[in-house]
Amino acid sequence: MNTVSPLPPLLSVRDLSVVFRQGGKETLAVDHVSFDVAAGETVALVGESGSGKSVTALSVLRLLSYPPAHHPSGSVLFKGEDLMTASEEALRKVRGNAITMVFQEPMTSLNPLHPIERQIGEIVSLHKGLSGDKARQRTLELLTQVGIRDPEGRLGAYPHELSGGQRQRVMIAMALANAPDLLVADEPTTALDVTVQAQILRLLADLKRDTGMAMLFITHDLGIVRKIADRVCVMTQGRIVEHGPVERVFTHPEHPYTQRLLAAEPKGRGTPPKADAPVIVAADDLKVWFPIRKGFLKKTVGHVKAVDGISVSVREGETVGVVGESGSGKTTLGLAILRLIASQGPIVYLGQRLDGLSSRAMRPLRRNLQIVFQDPYGSLSPRLSVADIVGEGLTVQGQGLSLEEQREIVARALVDVGLDPAAMDRYPHEFSGGQRQRIAIARAMALSPKFVVLDEPTSALDMSVQAQIVDLLRDLQARRNLAYLFISHDLRVVRALASHVVVMQNGKVVEQGPADQVFDAPQTDYTRALFAAAFRLETADAGVVRE
Amino acid sequence: MTDVLARSLPALDAPRLAPPLPRKGVLRLSPLNARRLDNFQANRRGYWSFWIFMVLFVLCLFAELIANDRPILVRYKGEILFPVVVNYPEEKFGGFLAQTDYRDPVILKEIAENGWALWPVVRFASNTINLDLPTAAPSPPSWLLKEETCRPIAEKKGVQGCQGLEWNWLGTDDGGRDVLARIIYGFRISVLFGLILAVISSAIGILAGAIQGYFGGRIDLYFQRVIEIWSAIPSLYLLMILSNFFQPSFFTLLGILLLFSWVALVHVVRAEFLRARNFDYVRAARALGLSDATIMVKHVLPNAMVATMTFLPFILNGSITTLTSLDFLGFGLPPGSPSLGELLLQGKSNVAAPWLGLTGFAVIAVMLSLLIFIGEAVRDAFDPRKTFA
Repeated sequence: MNTVSPLPPLLSVRDLSVVFRQGGKETLAVDHVSFDVAAGETVALVGESGSGKSVTALSVLRLLSYPPAHHPSGSVLFKGEDLMTASEEALRKVRGNAITMVFQEPMTSLNPLHPIERQIGEIVSLHKGLSGDKARQRTLELLTQVGIRDPEGRLGAYPHELSGGQRQRVMIAMALANAPDLLVADEPTTALDVTVQAQILRLLADLKRDTGMAMLFITHDLGIVRKIADRVCVMTQGRIVEHGPVERVFTHPEHPYTQRLLAAEPKGRGTPPKADAPVIVAADDLKVWFPIRKGFLKKTVGHVKAVDGISVSVREGETVGVVGESGSGKTTLGLAILRLIASQGPIVYLGQRLDGLSSRAMRPLRRNLQIVFQDPYGSLSPRLSVADIVGEGLTVQGQGLSLEEQREIVARALVDVGLDPAAMDRYPHEFSGGQRQRIAIARAMALSPKFVVLDEPTSALDMSVQAQIVDLLRDLQARRNLAYLFISHDLRVVRALASHVVVMQNGKVVEQGPADQVFDAPQTDYTRALFAAAFRLETADAGVVRE
Repeated sequence: MTDVLARSLPALDAPRLAPPLPRKGVLRLSPLNARRLDNFQANRRGYWSFWIFMVLFVLCLFAELIANDRPILVRYKGEILFPVVVNYPEEKFGGFLAQTDYRDPVILKEIAENGWALWPVVRFASNTINLDLPTAAPSPPSWLLKEETCRPIAEKKGVQGCQGLEWNWLGTDDGGRDVLARIIYGFRISVLFGLILAVISSAIGILAGAIQGYFGGRIDLYFQRVIEIWSAIPSLYLLMILSNFFQPSFFTLLGILLLFSWVALVHVVRAEFLRARNFDYVRAARALGLSDATIMVKHVLPNAMVATMTFLPFILNGSITTLTSLDFLGFGLPPGSPSLGELLLQGKSNVAAPWLGLTGFAVIAVMLSLLIFIGEAVRDAFDPRKTFA
């Protein structure tokens, strides 16, 4: 498979394969992949998790751990030199110099013990041999270039003193330090909020325009590809199944996988509840304040107001969407309503006050109030079989059920979420991410709850699986008349499910109302900025959102 | 609320969806544990050490049947007697003592004439004194003796040279007691003491660590300070002082050591609980309405058990070494008890009798090495990188 490019290729990957050998087992992660990146061009490698896109990118600089990884075939020609066969010394001259990388997680990619001046200065001195004032000058230039405000004041800052977006900017500054010809960006915005993501993407686009460097952009997000890339390679199961100019691939996808991927966006709209539907759960002026203690006697000097006076009510058959950036307190709100963390303010379930109940008194009510968590890998105990996980609530709540009856309820819950009940005696690690999330949903549904908090249930999943889970949740709601509190930072998913939307920022409600109204005619600047970033990847004016 | 759940049950005649229950039993391992077992077996050295140790340990558990100064089974005048289990007065065999001395030539002859006796392999118990030693105690292993040394005592007993005398395979200690018999009993007492100490102190440590880690906050804060102060008490000195007031027995010694050894596991278990109490699946369990105790046992404890199981063989080793060193210093088990530490002490006092020190050293070295090898294999078995790979 050879991509034709009008320019002579800067990087040319030919027939590259990667095999991981572990415990006598061989896994083919990348299967004879070929693509080119021309100078000044942005090529996106897009695919779902496990498609081999990151492994491909890391192989370019031979950054995998060898062994277990090895390359049975392929060459990586960079400016005519084959990096696959180059000596370690020659590679070191290319790494961080002509080809640089930006990784997904800016917190772990920076050394937490060094101020940023030292981290950037190290690169500058290593490859350019600058030191002292000159290195400092160059560092300042770089920080200005990546749009860090008050760069001089930030030189002595440690990574933990910076926000996620700023950290990613520092990472980009480090990558730019030696004016690279090619920047490999491995999901550089995935860990960031949508508004920050839009800023970083804009920064990358600006830098590319100004410096003329080429970019190899790895992402799972088709929206980003469309926004930033010139050409795109679609990867699945270690192969590039389709490649071409972005416009062509998006408008006329040829391979069935690409077509499926493009069609996978969550669809539909939330349906409003019946006019006479009873209120299932309501919270009024709910507060979760964490005290900040200081000094020897640990006096409370202030509070972190994670949730600061929020009123919300969910009716039967209704989905209330809670959106906001990370740190806005949406998850805390969900946990507080289920009384999984301490809070102030009345919480009412079908006319019964929940606040003030002891945990023993809460226990029988728990079966009506369930929760599904974000990470399907963390929310299922690896030591229990699926039958044990889903049936766990039944052993507590359903006294008097025989083992057979309990297994029957578990089996029905699994059928409800679209899993084969014959697999109920297997363990979570034998299931994929989407299947695991189905198990987590089955666990909540087995107790026939009336109200379910869905805490980012789709965020850890691939796009195509997200759509399936959204459909499943909508289907369950329709059949059982469930009330959902749907927490997500992913506005597309919220749009597809919620009929009422609450927009949160810093523990407070910025805007709320019927979904159509909020999405179509947002009233506040913050909401507008959030939507622009989420749906169109556009940045907002300074001051409205964080950086 | 049961009726609500019952509603979600299908009618009795509806086809059942659930697959039949898999066979539950000892042999049905969860895939995780099956992989751990594989990892354990993959460490050949540890795996073989485990079996060697188990064979030695099980044999020593029945020390009375291997090394004893009384027969296992006696047929005397048509009667079957079990001298190992039952104390028969000597009257039974025509004597006058309250307890039968089966090594007495008169009794031996009496039994031989009226039936037969089945003896253990070694005809000495841990405190049996060999009265027919060819040399002064400590006497060297019989196979090292020269014929002329044996001659006087052999002539007195009316047997042929050294071959005819009772053999002390590893010689005797300075009290004329058979070293082989003493190490068989000493091994048993060491391992049992170590096991009991390790298990009880782990149990207390896990409980304390679990409570601190799971509830955190003030409980954790105060408990941690108490532990810090407690573990600062020098237990060895305390033992020395206490042993001036009373002679420690097996159980008082166990109790005193337990007072200080339970701290060992608290930190790991506490850390594990602190970490795991915020796991999503623990939160989910709380949302399902499980009680704290159930969550701790079912969801969090298995995490902590990995650390515990990894540490256990080493704690066991530590406990054995503690007992040995106390015995060596003379603050351990009461005098006369078969103990490896006491054997080492004798080896030190009788440099001219190297079989004492060498035997003691060899037994302790082998025992501790086997346990360390097993510990390494256990660590491999529970290694999350290997189990979840």
